[in-house]
Amino acid sequence: MSRIHVTTTINGEAAEFLCDAGETLLDVLRDRLGLTGSKEGCGTGDCGACSVVLDGRLVCACLVLGAEAEGRTVGTIEGMTTGEALHPLQRKFLEHAALQCGICTPGFLVAAKALLERTPDPTEEEARYWLAGNLCRCTGYDKIIRAVLDAAAEMREAH
Amino acid sequence: MALDSKTEARKFKIVGTRPLRPDGIDKVTGRARFGADMSAPGMLVGLILRSPHPHARIRSIDTTRAESMEGVHAVVTRADFPAFVEDEALADVLDNCMAGEKALYDGHAVAAVAATSGAVARAALKLIEVEYELLAHVTDVDEAMRPDAPALHEDRADETVPAGMSDNVMARHEFGHGDIDAGFAKADRVLERGYRTEATHQGYIEPHACLATFGSDGQADLWCCTQGHYMVRNTCAAILGMEQGRLRVTASEIGGGFGGKTTVFLEPVALMLSKKAGRPVKMVMGRAEVFRATGPTASSSIDVRIGMAKDGRITAGFAELRYQGGAYPGSPVDMGSMSAFAPYDLEHVKTVGWDVVTNRPKQAAYRAPGAPMAAFAVESAIDELARELGLDPLEVRLKNAAREGTRASYGPTFPAIGLEATLRKAKDHPHWSAPLGPNQGRGVACGFWFNFGGDTCVSLNITPDGTVTVSEGNPDIGGSRASMSMMAAEELGIPYEKVRTIIADTGALGQNDVTDGSRVTFAVGLATIEAARAAKREMCKRAARIWEIEEDAVVWEDGAARPAGPNAGKHPPMSLAEIAAVATNTGGPIAGHCEVNAEGAGVSFATHMVDTEVDPETGAVKILRYTVFQDAGKAVHPAYVEGQFQGGAVQGIGWALNEEYIYGEDGRLQNAGFLDYRIPVASDLPMIDTVILEIPNPGHPYGVRGVGETSIVPPLAAVANAVSHAAGVRLTHLPISPPRLLAAIGAK
Ligand code: FES
Ligand code: FES
Repeated sequence: MSRIHVTTTINGEAAEFLCDAGETLLDVLRDRLGLTGSKEGCGTGDCGACSVVLDGRLVCACLVLGAEAEGRTVGTIEGMTTGEALHPLQRKFLEHAALQCGICTPGFLVAAKALLERTPDPTEEEARYWLAGNLCRCTGYDKIIRAVLDAAAEMREAH
Repeated sequence: MALDSKTEARKFKIVGTRPLRPDGIDKVTGRARFGADMSAPGMLVGLILRSPHPHARIRSIDTTRAESMEGVHAVVTRADFPAFVEDEALADVLDNCMAGEKALYDGHAVAAVAATSGAVARAALKLIEVEYELLAHVTDVDEAMRPDAPALHEDRADETVPAGMSDNVMARHEFGHGDIDAGFAKADRVLERGYRTEATHQGYIEPHACLATFGSDGQADLWCCTQGHYMVRNTCAAILGMEQGRLRVTASEIGGGFGGKTTVFLEPVALMLSKKAGRPVKMVMGRAEVFRATGPTASSSIDVRIGMAKDGRITAGFAELRYQGGAYPGSPVDMGSMSAFAPYDLEHVKTVGWDVVTNRPKQAAYRAPGAPMAAFAVESAIDELARELGLDPLEVRLKNAAREGTRASYGPTFPAIGLEATLRKAKDHPHWSAPLGPNQGRGVACGFWFNFGGDTCVSLNITPDGTVTVSEGNPDIGGSRASMSMMAAEELGIPYEKVRTIIADTGALGQNDVTDGSRVTFAVGLATIEAARAAKREMCKRAARIWEIEEDAVVWEDGAARPAGPNAGKHPPMSLAEIAAVATNTGGPIAGHCEVNAEGAGVSFATHMVDTEVDPETGAVKILRYTVFQDAGKAVHPAYVEGQFQGGAVQGIGWALNEEYIYGEDGRLQNAGFLDYRIPVASDLPMIDTVILEIPNPGHPYGVRGVGETSIVPPLAAVANAVSHAAGVRLTHLPISPPRLLAAIGAK
């Protein structure tokens, strides 16, 4: 089986890889590029643990083929910090204890960041519906929603 | 273990605050390594072939074509494992990991391959030829109990089962005291009702995963996501016939477990594949495999009879509980039977539990295993009786509440407990008096969980620069490293930031029981405090040596050794860091450790209150408001205690409203994915309010009780009671999914 050569940009840096035609972007990120921050909870688009941003759009990396990354930009959890500084969402997740086991956390953070880029001042309901594609089995979502709304407030103030 | 009688008076500096967790940065940046995030040079990918049949004799398995495929390095079947495992329960675990004579459920593992890639392994699975002889199957608990039901096993029932019953009945349990007939005779009203709950899955977001490396010298290493790596070591060693000391297990970060990771599924298979292949083997389950072959909890069928006097006093309680726990004995019906009436002080009470096998995956523990369904039945019946007698459901519960000195329905006499406190708090809470609109209803229910202690080791080491590392052996599933660091810092009198807690591998400590039974903050906390006390004693000794005074003339206060007593002399206090800096000259490195079988885990009670709204057109139920009142003994890190309350409540909401294993006539699981097995999502829910009560546990130096499990016990009944009031019809079958609710409304 011949492999496909893909040239792409991941978290702002040029990247190349070879992948099989049927390989998902999630497999490529995790198994070929060592970016294991994106998680596989289902592989069928139902849990959001694999959330990444593709050309500015929030997608499930398990539903995208690796080959589709050709010429595009991919943003993952590993690109969320700048140097040592945590993104306000990351900080608020810690302060609000919005994670218990933490397996869903990368997906929630990537999805929440995408929300706040579109809707800097979401209502609780908007946040809940936007994040309805991300499953968390530990927290009951309460502290996650609080962390997202608090981060949004802080980011608005900073502007 | 000595008790600290001053528990209640103690003023804490760190315990009770909300510092950031030590593993936090790793978890918000994607750096934390979970089960599937590890790899090794030369690693192969392992996959499992699963039975598509619910019940079949395995006539033969031909692996030759798979074995000769390019890129395949090993194929294993049951024939590769030892023929005999002495311990019956472990023999069942092996049979569940790799089927022997029969495949007992849809999804049962029958063979496995290790190959150079997932694609090759998948292709190889297709080349394995299994010849099955199909057998009749049964998946329903009541059907499985019929004498003519297809039998999964022969002659496995224990001696408690009367003759003439179905071979699927494995055990009978009975608890209680008094004379229930006399009690029922005194009742003004007796309610008798049947209830059913469907099987649910723990639903952890991280599928099972492991990486096994078996050396040709007979030593092996295993990395896996588990609630107990010591359990994994012991179980795998027994199943593979190797010595425990030759297998070192390292626990990865764990992406949820809720009881579902208290056993093994892949681990022995990965080890065997690695042994045969001579290379590391990584195995990761897909979500469908998780649903088909791991976890679920028991489904239940329960009959309850409760007698109540006009004033709300329960005169007698009886319940007969039938739980199917999948294909092997061991459903948690014993714990269901013990916990069913535990919140109440009853003169006459009896429960009978039946453990039943069916052609479903072997049940695994799920948060307070066995208790939520029992509480659903009993709390629903109490609610209905209270309504009929025109009584306030919280008052009825207060009138019957178990208190200090109550003889529990399952035997022991309770020490100080917090049920009454949660009920009073609930009554006074604004939620209880808030107005309700049309199609809305409010429900309350109580819940109980035993909590456990068990084998625990902690080693606390003082570094030369005066920082502290705590090594413990229980995977951190929701912030326990933070709690251990807090307790160590509290005890030593140093800042939280000076302590780092790590989860040591199985080579580093003695036996540690699994992270279950809500035991970690209690038992590992207790051991951490004891280890810190041992280190303090040693540091006082070192100071005494330096000051050339008697050891007992030195005390530890506010993070420093100080001279005390009439003959101690005047010496400036020596801080932990100062003592650590000169440790080499005073006797060498300083550490404290504790090895204990922790007893005295205090039971925990909760009361939940929920408002629901029913859409009579669609049968959909919306959760409008939810409040949890629970006794934590002492909340070490209140944010994570709240998190346990909220998470348990929401899992219970899912169990009550949506989640269920659905089997077709063909005995196959029809909804093995998150799309069709729908767990609650953010848009389904309101905020989950929490009220932490602190009635100290006399069995822990700081008063801590386990909190992780009780929170899933009341919500099934609380939600069902609320929906019943909103819909004007009693719901007795969970989940109350829209079709079921519409049918109930239609039948009114
Ligand atoms: S792994 Fe992609 S949505 Fe679950
Ligand atoms: S924190 Fe465990 S799944 Fe969300």
